[in-house]
Amino acid sequence: MPLERAYGAEIQRLSILDEHGNFDEKLAKGTLSVDDVVALYRHMTTCRQLDEIAFKLQRSGRMGTYPQNKGQEAAAAGTAFALERSDWIVPCYRENAALFWHGLPMEYVLLHWMGDERGNQIPEGVNVLPLSIPIGTHMLHAVGIAWAAKLRGERTVAAAYFGDGATSEGDFHEAMNFASTLRVPTIFVCQNNRWAISVPIEKQMASETVVQKALAYGMDCIQVDGNDLFAVYKAMRDAVKLGRETGKPTFIEAVTYRMGDHTTADDARRYRDPAEVEEWANKCPLKRLRGWLEGQGAWDQEREDALVAEAEEVVNAAVKRAFDIEKPSTDDIFNYTFAEIPADLKLQRDTLRTNSLSQMPQQETLRPAAGRHQTA
Amino acid sequence: MAELTVVQAINLALAQEMAKDSRVVLLGEDVGKNGGVFRVTEGLQERFGEDRVVDTPLAESGIVATAIGLAMNGMRPVPEIQFEGFLGPAYDQIVHHAGRYRTRSRGAVTIPMTVRVPVGGGIHAPELHSDSPEAIYAHHPGIKVVMPSSPYDAKGLLISAIRDPDPVMFFEPKRIYRAFREEVPEEEYTVPIGKAKIIEEGEDVTVVSWGAPVIQCIKAMDEVESSVELIDLRTVYPWDIETVVESVNKTGRCVVVHEAARTAGYGAEIATTIQERCFLRLEAPVQRVTGFDTVMPYYKLEMDYLPEAPRIVEAIEACAAY
Repeated sequence: MPLERAYGAEIQRLSILDEHGNFDEKLAKGTLSVDDVVALYRHMTTCRQLDEIAFKLQRSGRMGTYPQNKGQEAAAAGTAFALERSDWIVPCYRENAALFWHGLPMEYVLLHWMGDERGNQIPEGVNVLPLSIPIGTHMLHAVGIAWAAKLRGERTVAAAYFGDGATSEGDFHEAMNFASTLRVPTIFVCQNNRWAISVPIEKQMASETVVQKALAYGMDCIQVDGNDLFAVYKAMRDAVKLGRETGKPTFIEAVTYRMGDHTTADDARRYRDPAEVEEWANKCPLKRLRGWLEGQGAWDQEREDALVAEAEEVVNAAVKRAFDIEKPSTDDIFNYTFAEIPADLKLQRDTLRTNSLSQMPQQETLRPAAGRHQTA
Repeated sequence: MAELTVVQAINLALAQEMAKDSRVVLLGEDVGKNGGVFRVTEGLQERFGEDRVVDTPLAESGIVATAIGLAMNGMRPVPEIQFEGFLGPAYDQIVHHAGRYRTRSRGAVTIPMTVRVPVGGGIHAPELHSDSPEAIYAHHPGIKVVMPSSPYDAKGLLISAIRDPDPVMFFEPKRIYRAFREEVPEEEYTVPIGKAKIIEEGEDVTVVSWGAPVIQCIKAMDEVESSVELIDLRTVYPWDIETVVESVNKTGRCVVVHEAARTAGYGAEIATTIQERCFLRLEAPVQRVTGFDTVMPYYKLEMDYLPEAPRIVEAIEACAAY
């Protein structure tokens, strides 16, 4: 036969709790308990609150550019819930709920967006990398991290988070290929939120789904309703198990929606149909979770009110910690460049000058430093 | 004549070149419907259509590399890389392909492409949105590097860049995108690539800069007693050696100011050329006021990194007193 089928595959889409409240008991079995859902719902609500407060801080000039996460809390929280603390999270910048669940204190993310590198000084024992601003270049690091664990015989996995747009970058494809050919337990968590700033997914790729890209790399993969905490968790749990047991990577496409602007520097009304935003507001992950919890008799308005107040308190306390930190020293610009600072760099640090005549001993006779006064 | 910002002047240059030359196409992330994240390409997709102002997939290497192909086959592409921090993936294409094709094909294949990139700090932007990469690209053969400091020059230089037969990195300092307005002629005009501008003539110290720090130099000039000759290089490569040499031969003293790190920065190239060409006329060591040899800090400390006016004042005075 000159023409025969060379390859064919099917990709599954998992949905357990949909936006209408339909719940698949069978698929949900053995996933999340009511207590789990309560804990995660509380966590996700707190993250939503952070978005609201951070937005106001930016608008009032107290914080720099900030990317809201709202709408994507289930994809972030549901995946992180399936990880052990010894596993790694390699984030981009729209998965706060995963970072905080994995142990990163909230003020770190705030500090990052307040223009302070101490927000990246991840506490010892928290296996989270700093936010990655360039798109799609960090997934390879997750592969390397998982690879190192494999070489040491550890059964940890590394989860890389990224968006639909990132799958257009060359590095994404390299990461997928390395993970599958080297067989290292990397979990590729693609939060497909439909928009890469102003570019809709239809213009980003001609493929029908994002997840089908994984087939090209011979990788296990699944598409899930990314606003369905149960589906996200179940897919991630299975991926983690597969990774631990066999070393194989998995690609998860969590179909979700960026309910806010790309960042506070963006205005999505310029390019996005408000009807679409409204449609997705109905698919909000928090809304459907609350409905489910109420159905279980585990939630009511009183508890909701208490939670909102508590969430506000938690976020405000983190904001206060972020604001209360002392101003960084200009020495910090230099001190972390190398393990040992070269002599010339020390001279730049100690004089805050680059011109040779102002780096000489007679510099005292010149006018005060240009930079130091700001941090004195 | 209208008073325009740098953003408006660049937009006008793009619109005029597109209207005049159907080979000119714009491509990049968010340049179309959104008009660019800085609104530099605002209204151009509406006016010229989706075939000529193209929202590409999110891939910097892809944007530049396909622009190279467009250029090879008769177009005049103007790709935009959204921020200089995202140039990394495109570096290979710019340096190892765009800059080399003319030479390696002995002139048979040429790349008339203008890569527009917002650069530099001072706007409280997030990480990797504030670097100054001009020396990196100037170091590589076959690539011209342009960085205007005013709306007038931005328009004239961009038109020159688009019409240039070779690849041009067109670096747009974000800090002055909307910092001030200036009269910009409606009609088309060019500012030649490779020609510096003497902003103010002086006798005692030559100050050489380009891009956003030129504004700091102007501030500094008003605060010193010395008579400063301020030169805006405008083109980093090929740079206007004669204008600088002539000035330093007159003043005998020179301060070079740029935002990028000092080591292997473009100031080193200028200082070396000055000692080669003006050795017997020099009255003081050439001074460099630059960013530090560190990672560009996040915004809480970025103003301590940048070569602001007080540091320039100090360097001019030290140089004049030497």
